[in-house]
Amino acid sequence: MERAGRTIFSNVDWILISLYAILVILGWLNIYAAVFDEQHKNIFDITQQYGKQMIWIGAAVILAAIILLIDVKFYSAFSYILYGLGIISLIIVFIIGKEISGSRSWFQVGGFGVQPSEFVKFTTSLLLARYISTLHIDLQKTRHLMVALLIIFFPAALILLQNDTGSAIVFSAFMLVLFRFGMPLKYLLIPVAIVLLFLLSLMVDKLILTGIIALILIIPVIRFRRKISRKQVVAAILIALLGVGTVFTVDFVFHRVLEPHQRQRMEVLIGKETDLKGAGYNINQSLIAIGSGRLTGKGYLQGTQTKYDFVPEQSTDFIFCTVGEEWGFLGSLVVIALFVGLLVRIILVAERQRSIFSQAYGYGVACILLFHFAINIGMTLGLVPVIGIPLPFFSYGGSSLWAFTILLFIFIKLDASRYEFL
Amino acid sequence: MSRGFTARKYFILVLIAGIGSALLIRLFFIQVIADKYILSANNNVLRYITQYPARGFVYDRNGKLLVYNEAAYDLMVIPRQIRDFDTTGFCRLLGIDVQTFIEKVEKARKYSSYRPTIFFPQISKENYGFLEEKLFRFPGFYVQPRTLRKYPLAIAAHTVGYIGEVSPAMIERKPYYKSGDYIGISGIEKSYEEILRGKKGMKIRVVDVHNRDMGSFQEGKYDTLPVAGIGLWASLDADLQAYGELLMTNKKGSIVAIEPSSGEILALVTSPSYDPNLLVGQVRSRNYAMLARDTARIPLFNRALMAQYPPGSTFKIVNALIGLHEGILKPTTAFGCPGGFSLGSGKVVKCHAHFSPLQLKQSIQFSCNTYYCHAFRNIIDKGSRKSTRAGYEKWRKQVWDFGFGHKFETDLANELNGNIPSADYYDRFHGKNRWNSYSIISLAIGQGEIGVTPVQLANLCATIANRGFYYPPHIIRAIGKADSLNSKFLKKHVLNIEKEHFDLVVDAMEDVVLAGTATGARMDSISVCGKTGTAQNPHGKDHSIFIAFAPKDNPRIALCVIVENAGFGATWAAPIASLMIEKYLTRKIQRQDLETRMVEGNLLR
Ligand SMILES: [Zn+2]
Repeated sequence: MERAGRTIFSNVDWILISLYAILVILGWLNIYAAVFDEQHKNIFDITQQYGKQMIWIGAAVILAAIILLIDVKFYSAFSYILYGLGIISLIIVFIIGKEISGSRSWFQVGGFGVQPSEFVKFTTSLLLARYISTLHIDLQKTRHLMVALLIIFFPAALILLQNDTGSAIVFSAFMLVLFRFGMPLKYLLIPVAIVLLFLLSLMVDKLILTGIIALILIIPVIRFRRKISRKQVVAAILIALLGVGTVFTVDFVFHRVLEPHQRQRMEVLIGKETDLKGAGYNINQSLIAIGSGRLTGKGYLQGTQTKYDFVPEQSTDFIFCTVGEEWGFLGSLVVIALFVGLLVRIILVAERQRSIFSQAYGYGVACILLFHFAINIGMTLGLVPVIGIPLPFFSYGGSSLWAFTILLFIFIKLDASRYEFL
Repeated sequence: MSRGFTARKYFILVLIAGIGSALLIRLFFIQVIADKYILSANNNVLRYITQYPARGFVYDRNGKLLVYNEAAYDLMVIPRQIRDFDTTGFCRLLGIDVQTFIEKVEKARKYSSYRPTIFFPQISKENYGFLEEKLFRFPGFYVQPRTLRKYPLAIAAHTVGYIGEVSPAMIERKPYYKSGDYIGISGIEKSYEEILRGKKGMKIRVVDVHNRDMGSFQEGKYDTLPVAGIGLWASLDADLQAYGELLMTNKKGSIVAIEPSSGEILALVTSPSYDPNLLVGQVRSRNYAMLARDTARIPLFNRALMAQYPPGSTFKIVNALIGLHEGILKPTTAFGCPGGFSLGSGKVVKCHAHFSPLQLKQSIQFSCNTYYCHAFRNIIDKGSRKSTRAGYEKWRKQVWDFGFGHKFETDLANELNGNIPSADYYDRFHGKNRWNSYSIISLAIGQGEIGVTPVQLANLCATIANRGFYYPPHIIRAIGKADSLNSKFLKKHVLNIEKEHFDLVVDAMEDVVLAGTATGARMDSISVCGKTGTAQNPHGKDHSIFIAFAPKDNPRIALCVIVENAGFGATWAAPIASLMIEKYLTRKIQRQDLETRMVEGNLLR
C-alpha cells in the first residue's frame, strides 16, 4: 500500500494538484449555492445537482489515480489510437446521439449524458504533441504546419457538424501551441485580425473601415517605396484586399451563414441588440447578478439573482455569476487568481520538461484551459458573445469535469515521469 | 527544436496575465464602480402583483342589464413551491387523473419554476368554495380570482361581442397587456375595450432570498389601485332586440332599426345567432369551434354589418332623389311601361303588370322597373356632357353621400364597406370607353354589381325619415352615466338634396304601404312609410327586403329587414318590419295571428 502510494504520487507537482483540488471544491460549493433551495439543504442530496456533482468529483479522483498509475509510455504510444477512438466516437454520436437543445453531441448512458467532444480535447492534444515532437518536423515548413492544422481541424469540423459551435471554436486554442513550437507569427495574427475586422465591420461604417485599412497599409508603402521590395508591396496590397474583402463579406456571413441565435449574440455583444427580455436577457441578468455583488459580495447562499431563475444556466455556463454575486469582487479576484496561477504553473512546468512531447502536451492543456477560462468568464461579463462552454472544474456536469481532469492529470503524470524520458 | 522558440513562452505568459487583468478590470468596473446593477438587482427581488379591475357593465337604452361580471377563480401553481402531498386526493378534488396532473405540472415547470402559471382555469363558484377549504394542504397552489362576463338576457350576441385571452401578437403591439389578460375580441367589447377594461393596479411586495413575503415595498408608496372599468349604455332597446330575434327564428337575415333623430341603433338582429353565454369561460374555445364549424347556418357571421346584398327596388328611391335633385326628373315626369325596358338585341329588363304610364310617385308605389331604367339612363347620360364615365362618377358620388360604399366608422365593430363599383371597375370589365348607360342599367333597379349592408339600408331609411340628413348609426349612446350622450357621433350629415324631394318620396312610400306593393305592412293606428325590394340571389331563392319608417311625421323608428331566400320583399320582410314598428311604438302586439305566422315560419330547412 505504501509502495503503491509512493508510485502514484512520486514526483507529482503538488502545486498543480492543490490548485486543481481547490477549484473543484469551490466549484462544488458554488453549484450548491446556485441551485440551493430551502427544501433540499443537504449538500450531499444526490437528487440535486450538487449531490451529483459530488459523485462526479469522486469519480474524477478515481480517474486521476488511474491516470497516474498507467505507464507513462502509454500516452505517447497510444496517441494515434486514442485520437482515432475520439474521431470514431464523434461520428457515432452524430448517428445515435441524443439531441439536447439543438446539438446532437451527447451519448445517453443510463441516467447521465457523456459528451465525446469534451474528451476529444485531450486526444487531440496528445496526437498534436506526438506530431510536434517527431524528429525533423518543423512547423515553419508549410507542409508540416498543414498536417498539424489538419489534426486540429478534423475533430473541430466534426463537432461543428453536430451543431456544437462553442466546443468547436475551442480547438482554435491549439493555434497558440503551434505558435509556441515554431509556426510563423503571421498565421496567428491573420485569423485574429479577421475576427477583429469582422466585429469592427458590424460596428463601424464599411467605407470608413476600408479607408482606415487603406491608410494603414498603403501609406507606408508609398512613404517608403524606395526602401521596400516589390514582394513586400504585393504583400501589402494582398493584405489590404483581404481586409476589404472581409469587411464586405461580413454582411453575407452575418445574415446568411450565422444562425439567428448566433447573430443575436453578436448583436448583444456589440450593443446593437438591447432587448433585455430577448437575446440580451442572459447577459443583462448575468451582469446584474455579478454587479450586485459589489466589493465583498452578499455572502454565501445569500445571492438573490442567481437563485431566482433570473440568471439562466446558473450552475453550468453561468456559474461565475454565483461567485460574483455571493463573493463579490474579492471572491472573483481569488477565483481569477487561482485560474491564472494554474495556467502559469502549467506553462512553467511545461517549460521544465525535457521531452518535447510532454512540453507540447502541457501547452495544449494550458491553451485549452485558457480558452475556456477567458471565453466563459468573458461571456458572463459581456465581453465576448455567449458561447456555451463550461468553466473548467467549476461548472456543473460530469463530462466536462472528467474531461478536464483527464486532460490535466495526463500532464501531471508526464511531468512526474520527466526523468524517464531521454 | 523547441529551443529556438523558447522566448515565445513569454508571449503566452503575457497573454494569460493580460486576459486575467482584462477580466479583473471589467469586474472592478461592474462590481465596484458602476452602481446601476445593484439597483436592477433590487428590482429583481420585488414582486409585482397585478390587481385586476372589474370590467364595465353594459346596459340597454332603458337601463336593462345586457352584460355584467361574475366571479370565477383560476387555480394557480408555482412549481417550485410544490411539496409532497396527497396527489390522488388533489386530483379527485379537481376531477382529473394523475397523468394529467403530472403533465400540467411539468408544463408549468417548463414555463418557469418560480412564476405562477394557471393550472386549472376558471373554477366555478361552487367548486371554489369546496376547494378553498382544502387548498392549504396543497402547497404551491393558490387561487386567483378573476371575472367572467355574463349575459342575463342572452340577446344581441354579435353586437356585445366577447372577450378572450390576449394573443402573443397583441401583447407585442399593446404592452399594456400581459400574458393571461383578457381583451375584447368583437362587438362592443372590442370597440370600447379601453373604456370597459379600466386600468390594472399594481401591488409591490418585497421578498427575501427564500421567496418569503416581507411586506409591501416602502409602505405601498408605489402601489397603484386598479381603476374599475366604465359602464356603457347601449342604444339598443332590449325588448325590441329580443322581439326581433324571436321574429327571425329559423330564418336567415337581419333587422336593423335606427332612431332617425339621433342615429342610435335600436335593434341589430342577425339570424341565425347564438347564446353569448356560450363564449364565456372554460367552454369558450370548444363552443367557438362548434359554432365556427356550422357552415350551413354560419351563426358567427354578423349579417347586419357584414352581409352585402344588392338593394333591389329599395334603391329606386335613391335614383328618384338623385334624378329630382339633378332636375332630370320632375314630380310629373312620366314614362310608359310596356312590361319592360328594351336594351336592344332582344334583351329586356322585365317589369310586372301595372297601369301605364306612371308618374314619379306612382313609379315608387308600384315599383316600376321600366321607369327607373329611363330615369337612370338620363341621369348618367345627361349628368355630364363629357362622357358616360364622368356621368357615372357623378352619380356614384351622390350614392356615396347616402352612406353607401363605405363604413360609417362609428363604433360598429367589423362593419364592411359594401360595394358601389368604381368607373375603373367597368373599364376593366368592359374595356375603356366600351361601356355606356345600357351596360350598367341594372344599377337603376338596385341589381348587378352593387352591394349594400343592412345597416346602410337602414340608414337610407333614416335619411328619408329625416327628409335629407342622418346621424351615423352607432350602438353606444352614453358612457359612464346614463344621461351623458355619446356626442362623438352626433355629427349631422346633411345631403345636398332638397327637402321637398324627400317630401315627395315620403308620400310615395306611404302609398306603397297603403295601396302599393307592401300592404302587408299596413296598420290602422300607425302611418308607416316603406319600400319593398328583392335582392337577386344567383345561388337560390331571392332575398326579401323591406325598409320602413314610422310614424310618417316625427318618425321614431326607421328600419331595414332582410330575410334571405324568402322571395318577394312583401311576403316576409314587410310584415316583420311592421311588427317591429308596432312593438317599438306601442310596446304591445295587436296582430297576434300575424306574429305567430312570422315566428313559426321556417325558411331554413
Ligand atoms: Zn313597369
